[in-house]
Amino acid sequence: MIKPVLLTTDALVFLLTALVLVFGVYARNKPHLREPWQQVLRGRVAAACTVVLLAFVGIGLLDSVHFRTPLKDAGSGGATHYSVDVLSVLDVLVGPLRTRQEKTYSAPFATHLFAKESIELPDGRTVRAYPRLVYGGRHLRAGGPGRLQDILQRSGRSVAETLLGAALLLVVAAGLLARRHATPVPAMLQRILRGRTDMPWRTILATLSALLLLLFLAINLATVYHVLGTDKVGQDVFYQSLKSIRTGLLIGTLTTLVMLPFAVFLGIVAGYARGWIDDVVQYVYTTLNSIPHVLLIAAAILMLQVYVNSHPDLFETTLERADIRLLFLCIILGVTSWTSLCRLLRGESMKLRETEYIQAATAFGVSHLRIITRHILPNVMHIVLITVVLDFSGLVLAEAVLSYVGVGVDPTMNSWGNMINGARLEMAREPVVWWSLLSAFLFMFTLVLAANLFSDAVRDAFDPRTRVR
Amino acid sequence: MFAYIIRRVAYAVPILIGVNVLTFYLFFVVNSPDDMARLHLGMKHVTAEAIEHWKADHGYDKPLLVNPSEHGVKRFTDTIFFQKSVRLFAFDFGYSDDGRDIGYDISQRMQPSLAIAVPALLVGLLVNVTFAMLMAFFRATYVDVSGVILCVILMSISGMFYIIGGQFLLAKMFRLVPISGFAGGIDGVKFLILPVLIGVVSGIGAGARWYRTFFLEEAGKDFVRTARAKGLSESLVMFRHVLRNALIPIVTGVVVVLPLLFLGSLLTESFFSIPGLGSYTIDAINKQDFAVVRAMVFLGSVLYIIGLILVDITYTIVDPRVRLS
Repeated sequence: MIKPVLLTTDALVFLLTALVLVFGVYARNKPHLREPWQQVLRGRVAAACTVVLLAFVGIGLLDSVHFRTPLKDAGSGGATHYSVDVLSVLDVLVGPLRTRQEKTYSAPFATHLFAKESIELPDGRTVRAYPRLVYGGRHLRAGGPGRLQDILQRSGRSVAETLLGAALLLVVAAGLLARRHATPVPAMLQRILRGRTDMPWRTILATLSALLLLLFLAINLATVYHVLGTDKVGQDVFYQSLKSIRTGLLIGTLTTLVMLPFAVFLGIVAGYARGWIDDVVQYVYTTLNSIPHVLLIAAAILMLQVYVNSHPDLFETTLERADIRLLFLCIILGVTSWTSLCRLLRGESMKLRETEYIQAATAFGVSHLRIITRHILPNVMHIVLITVVLDFSGLVLAEAVLSYVGVGVDPTMNSWGNMINGARLEMAREPVVWWSLLSAFLFMFTLVLAANLFSDAVRDAFDPRTRVR
Repeated sequence: MFAYIIRRVAYAVPILIGVNVLTFYLFFVVNSPDDMARLHLGMKHVTAEAIEHWKADHGYDKPLLVNPSEHGVKRFTDTIFFQKSVRLFAFDFGYSDDGRDIGYDISQRMQPSLAIAVPALLVGLLVNVTFAMLMAFFRATYVDVSGVILCVILMSISGMFYIIGGQFLLAKMFRLVPISGFAGGIDGVKFLILPVLIGVVSGIGAGARWYRTFFLEEAGKDFVRTARAKGLSESLVMFRHVLRNALIPIVTGVVVVLPLLFLGSLLTESFFSIPGLGSYTIDAINKQDFAVVRAMVFLGSVLYIIGLILVDITYTIVDPRVRLS
């Protein structure tokens, strides 16, 4: 039997997912909550970005279900011992990517190592040559199709599979939509293809097909080649990039989850109560804001390191140690980033408390707590939402910088920051080892760009000042 | 005006005290001097004598707040809190772990930081304002839309990639400028070109898009419509009416970061090995030199608060509608 492992961050991820789902169900039948989200999705760019973001989230969620496998040799006692390697569902799905480790650097799609080594020939002589990779391109036979031909064949097969998949998706979508709108399927098909639907289904399906192509390419190519090369210790860079998705998403979401309660509570109370409470809250956030954030994070992370080092028995596996550091990083990033939201909310609730409906509520003798929860909180939620979505991409980018400074996530954890940090010095090599940087760049850029475009759409839909239509 | 400034400066004092107490708590209470000594001497096989010796060497062997073995004022001054924290208020930063005078190091390293940060800020401001005005001038046309898209793409790229890419393209492939390094005087200019250029380019995305909203906000106001109704040309409207009003938030936004320029940029300075305060900070974090980190925290807070005060003063100067009371 496998032993499930629930890391602290996993628990928080599932909590967050549950919250989002509960909100989704709740908002379904509330037109005023549903409408702005529909407006977000009606934009073509935002709809495409949502699909991309959901794909990232899906990979991150798969990577958040952790377990430990039992060791083969159970030992003499009855108790089974578990491997110290904590695996996730993603690890199982990508299977060979994780285990096929080469000796050192190899370029994308390479069949030979990047550096020359002394190889002993069967007849006893040694030559300096590029050694054959153990796994990359192993299926290529000496007489069979060459590497380029093989890659083209496999890509061609992926394209064919994608076309098939896309056609299937289109038909299923048209069928479902036709049933909902009570129109015949062919008419619906035509409307989708011409882009004449309420929601931009054509864009959504096109984005899905693009993702499908990537998936099939990965299945056909990544299983036999190192599509993005290997790093210094020979690990597949594509696998590292996939694993880094979870880290990036966690930094972006958990940080806001951690800081939200403080920012919302203190901001609203300060603006509503005014007087000395306002002074105290203002004092706290000015003080925290005046400390250079990198230094505060550095100090806190150094402190955590001392604590972890002096309590080694608390953490069973290296992953758990890395996990507590990730969580702590989220908390401390939250401490440094709640101030701007707090200030915004303070100003807004100061304005709201003078409005007529709240004055009326006060006149009726409604308690302060009830005024805050019933009247002020729902009316500042759009600010909270916009800030959360806007902050996300900044936090993903901040992780890379912090990892470079040495106060980011644990060095053993896969993250884009660590990948950049590891590959940075290789730029001085001749010829250049560029693939680690490029993959970290591509993954990060896709996520951040999608998040930025999505957040713009969210802001346009929720901010009453920009809502014009 | 003068009374207002005095009051703002007085308001800064409790904030600095707060910063001071917070750093004291983080560095000496949460993380005791014993832990610090162990971190520096290695985790395992450290004798108690070695720890005591290290603490005595660095002046951490005193009690935290009250020294019961002393009398009179010394009871409170001969403590870690007074020696390490209170003295920061006099900008007496003490000595780093390898025995260097932190105050002297900081004063030496400010100049290289400024040599990068000031040109990057000025050129960046010029480029961003120009770009933003261009987008606002052609608002709601393809120029504007593609400009905004370009901005979003530019701001989705991590700052590290600008540096790595710039170093690789300009310094390694085309060999136009040295990859990294620093020199004082006129020889130093060639070292400054690349970092300044990268500082400007990496800031365009966020900066120009942000400034564009200021321009658009002003361009939609009534007095601008009146100016157009009078028959002024669109460029005259933009330069005379929109630009001057949009500059108010831009200028105050710049003023708030002016003091922080002294601290330099962490990434740029460390990638280009420029001996400024940014790389000083990174070195201190990597060497786990808490004395330097403490000094930089305090310095950063002081500069931030100076920035806040400067902003308030600037408001009254650039916007005659604001009166300070």
